[in-house]
Amino acid sequence: MSDLHFKTISELAAMLAAGETTSVEITQAVIDRTAAVDAQVKAFLSTDAEDALAQAKASDERRAAGKALGPLDGIPIGIKDTLAVKDQPLRCASKMLENYVSPFDATCIVKLREAGAVIWGRLNMDEFAMGSSTENSAYQTTANPWDLETIPGGSSGGSAAAMAAGEAIATLGTDTGGSIRQPAALCGVVGMKPTYGLISRYGLVAFASSLDQVGPFARTVEDAAILMEAMLGKDDLDSTSIAPQGETNYAAALKEKKGPWKLGVPQEFFGEGIDPEVKANIEKAIDWYKSQGCEIVDISLPHSELAVPVYYIVATAEASSNLARFDGVRYSHRSEEAKDAMALFTKSRGEGFGDEVKRRIILGTYVLSSGYYDAYYLRAQKVRRLILGDFEKAFEQVDAILTPTSPTPAFKRGERADDPLAMYLSDVYTISVNLAGLPAISVPSGFTESGLPIGLQVIGKAFGEADMFAVANAFEKAHDYAQQTPKL
Amino acid sequence: MSETPHIDIDYVANLARLDMTDAEKAKLGTQLDDILGYFDKLNAVDVDGVEPMAHAHRVFNVWREGDQPGETYAPEVLTKMAPESRDNQVVVPKVVE
Repeated sequence: MSDLHFKTISELAAMLAAGETTSVEITQAVIDRTAAVDAQVKAFLSTDAEDALAQAKASDERRAAGKALGPLDGIPIGIKDTLAVKDQPLRCASKMLENYVSPFDATCIVKLREAGAVIWGRLNMDEFAMGSSTENSAYQTTANPWDLETIPGGSSGGSAAAMAAGEAIATLGTDTGGSIRQPAALCGVVGMKPTYGLISRYGLVAFASSLDQVGPFARTVEDAAILMEAMLGKDDLDSTSIAPQGETNYAAALKEKKGPWKLGVPQEFFGEGIDPEVKANIEKAIDWYKSQGCEIVDISLPHSELAVPVYYIVATAEASSNLARFDGVRYSHRSEEAKDAMALFTKSRGEGFGDEVKRRIILGTYVLSSGYYDAYYLRAQKVRRLILGDFEKAFEQVDAILTPTSPTPAFKRGERADDPLAMYLSDVYTISVNLAGLPAISVPSGFTESGLPIGLQVIGKAFGEADMFAVANAFEKAHDYAQQTPKL
Repeated sequence: MSETPHIDIDYVANLARLDMTDAEKAKLGTQLDDILGYFDKLNAVDVDGVEPMAHAHRVFNVWREGDQPGETYAPEVLTKMAPESRDNQVVVPKVVE
């Protein structure tokens, strides 16, 4: 059976239902593909083929007994190293958690297991999800399968690269400021960040709790919709999770909803800093929607340029608090040099955390410290509300908003490593969505002349996933970008 | 905020309980001052009367149905994660002189 590893969930679900393949066959194809290409791509921090095949066998036995569970039953799904999977390592790509093995499953993993999915491997990321290139991993640098000299984006770079390279049928990532959508765009796959609260954060290692969301990477919008349906829901273990509102049968709905839609285009997203090829590509995508009868509305999100500073104040403040738990006492790295309690904290943290994590802890501690709180943190929280207000006003007029996902295609490894501010600006088009708690999806929209993928971002209303998926699906189905795969 | 924002790294690192080498501090110092300079953009915005936003949705008190006894981890499951443990307890350096 050729190329099972590049098929979609819906294709494989149909093949499984028709008895044309088995979960063991699919899982073995993914394992073999990973063995063949991961030395180049380096998407995975660890894999457990035996465990994956045991889950696949259980799926096949369920199906043989007439008890198949749905479209995800038997589908191998790769997991970012920030989500807890029982008895698997959970390192957040950090030395701080080098020896940590999770004693429980995150809620999203529990839900995927209930849907029959095969949980597969630990995917590389920026340490504690802090970064936009996956170069901040303490273990390895992941390559973009479209050009191994370039970065895959981040922080969920392993999840995106594994999809592009055919090392999983779908993957999970997390998105705090663009960490799913930006790597999805740079690796030419679909990546989606849900409305804040739609998926439980229980079992996700916290970075910035008011922004963090779990979400899927997939080959198609429909597959992302299938994964979302399986994972969403209020969870008693996460007090910020919210019962879904409105339509949630996304996969069925995206086939019925055909538009035409009123689509907003914010001029602020096409100004300074955008790569000319990206700009032309997204304008072409907007023209396509227009040709399908959609009304394109010029909108303004006037506080957009403040999203990056607001984000790096709010996110680092929350991170400095969340990462206080890594103290060398109960489960994290402990310095062998520590002779007293204070040194146990300071030395263990100094040795365990990498540069970017230290940078953000210092920044976050500073903006929360006495004398600076009002000037930075409180002010940022107020501007955050203005950013939300911009979106609320825009959504009075439109059904969804179209923007580029990333201002540039994948950049060379090392290019921005010593310039944190330039790295932070990689997320300029994705960050405001997290601040406002909205859903957004990146869908492949073509390639640069040198063959690097570009992504179109569709932003939806809060809990407006059904419409957002439909808008993205219409574009995807009319183009073949999502079906192209890199030469490895 | 002053004209040229600057972080006293020794002071903040102590608050954050974070040990850093002199080389790390020197590199971080310049980078952080650049980033703080970028944050100054926020001072141009009029935020009078704007309510601070800490959360994406307006969620208020979250009540639980009442504690339901459930399964808990055996002590050794948790203590074995600690860098050092003995008799199901976490071992740390002496805290009281």
